[in-house]
Amino acid sequence: MTNNNSFRNPTLSAEIGMVILAVFIICAIFAPFIAPFGEAESVGKTWLGPSSKFWLGTDNIGRDMLSRVIYGARMTLGVAAICTCLSFLIGVTMGLLAAVAGKIVDQVLSRFVDLMLSIPILVFALMILSMFGSSLLTLIITIGVLDSFRVFRLARSIAVNVVVTEFVEVARLRGEGLWWIMRHEVLPNSLPPMIAELGLRFCFNFLFVASLSFLGLGIQPPFADWGGMVRESGRAISFGIPAPLWPALAIGLTTISVNMIVDWILSINARPSGASAEM
Amino acid sequence: MLRLILTRIFLGCLTLFAVTILIFAATEILPGDVASAILGQGATPETLAAFRIELGLNRPAYVRYFEWLSNALQGDLGTALTNKREVLATITPRLINTLFLAGYAAVIAVPIAIFLGIVAAINEGKWIDRAANIVSLGAISVPEFFIAYILIFIFATNLGWFPSLSTVYSDMGFWQKIHVVALPSITLTMLVTAHMLRMTRASVLAIMSQPYIEMAFLKGLPRNQVILHHALPNAAAPIISVIALNLAYLIVGVVVIEVVFVYPGVGQYMVDGVSKRDLPVIQACALVFGGAFVLLNTVADILIIMVNPLLRNSR
Repeated sequence: MTNNNSFRNPTLSAEIGMVILAVFIICAIFAPFIAPFGEAESVGKTWLGPSSKFWLGTDNIGRDMLSRVIYGARMTLGVAAICTCLSFLIGVTMGLLAAVAGKIVDQVLSRFVDLMLSIPILVFALMILSMFGSSLLTLIITIGVLDSFRVFRLARSIAVNVVVTEFVEVARLRGEGLWWIMRHEVLPNSLPPMIAELGLRFCFNFLFVASLSFLGLGIQPPFADWGGMVRESGRAISFGIPAPLWPALAIGLTTISVNMIVDWILSINARPSGASAEM
Repeated sequence: MLRLILTRIFLGCLTLFAVTILIFAATEILPGDVASAILGQGATPETLAAFRIELGLNRPAYVRYFEWLSNALQGDLGTALTNKREVLATITPRLINTLFLAGYAAVIAVPIAIFLGIVAAINEGKWIDRAANIVSLGAISVPEFFIAYILIFIFATNLGWFPSLSTVYSDMGFWQKIHVVALPSITLTMLVTAHMLRMTRASVLAIMSQPYIEMAFLKGLPRNQVILHHALPNAAAPIISVIALNLAYLIVGVVVIEVVFVYPGVGQYMVDGVSKRDLPVIQACALVFGGAFVLLNTVADILIIMVNPLLRNSR
């Protein structure tokens, strides 16, 4: 009962994080109803300052910054979320397989991942995107696969400790198949410590997508996305126009909020069950 | 100890070799056909065939790989497809620029981060630790270009202390260069300091909870003596790996920062090459970044072997 209590009462910073994240998610889902203007619509002069009509001013071709930040939530958050799901799907499956399927499979997979991680991930992504072109699908697959190597390492190290327990041994003796053991014995026991990692990987992928878009190799126009918006309006800052700061701020706020929620989840997991009286 | 170090150097070379294969595979074998990737969808079959022969793509992949590798080892990185200039001649001054920027940031960041990390660990839970925690968490959570643009907005646009574009020429004086490159360097410093501080703090704290530290306290030694004589010598190894990891991070972080400040370094060269699909340029830049990454990790491992008190006395 005390344990449930800590779930009902998140820390103040976690609450702030949830509110900010909820606002962005609502913006992403209901963008056409919330945004005052269209996503790609030129509505005024270029580089207007903040005013009562354009709250955050206008960009390099006279589009409303606020509307684009709201629409941008869709692409930026959506792509990062899909990448994270893909990377967990691949990473956890391979990690559990490495732990369950025996030494040879483990060695092959682990050494392969070591090799893939010996090149900086941004450099790797740039190479692949330059060859395949930056369509949305390529982008998601590239980031999802590259990130899955890190998920693999964590999933494997957790699963290795689960595999040696008695109930896995019993399942093996009962004659259950590899897939069944992975799915019914190892997976449920490996998931709780990975929830916090899900948040951290999301942050990483989110920043990664934003960086690639900022470099012009991520999400392509005419879609509004926060990284690309910083790129489009970047040079204006030398003339004292704060336009690139708004989408960049949205990126920063998102990652900070997710981090605050993750900290709270970690503090629940780290505490032995029933020992949350101090909350 | 010597054998351990030699093994590590051998492993480093092996990794480097694997990295070259990986770079070659990612850029030439995976997509199937570089020629159509470069020429685009509008190319006719005849031009494609001619271009393939020009690139030498009609030969098997492993022949091309060894040719590319032996050329690269002799310093011939090929010619850029777009402007037909020698890649090596372009990349060398840019590499010097990148190393200048990274070194500039590292010289400021490493001492500050190590010092603050140790201070934060010693004062665990006090206000200075909390302040360091909040500020560093903020700095690593936001994208690099956010910090960069805020710094430009404050120090270049409003105060006018530094230029917002870091254009450097080869005939620039040292102090002039230091001034022009100040903003990108401060941006990188903030990012790297934040990472390094958190990792240093964590590794010192991990050592402070060891039984021998408790023993030293129970002997009645004063706190700073325990830290100086018992904790820090044992924290050296994790701190070295923290520094190496972050210098490696610096190499990657440099890409985005160079683009923000239009700084003529390898990162910008690579991004240019990628947007123009200039294959030799991409391969050469990836080789430089990958090589630096492997080199730093190997050097760090060797240093860790050398500072390990258990290995220092034995042979």
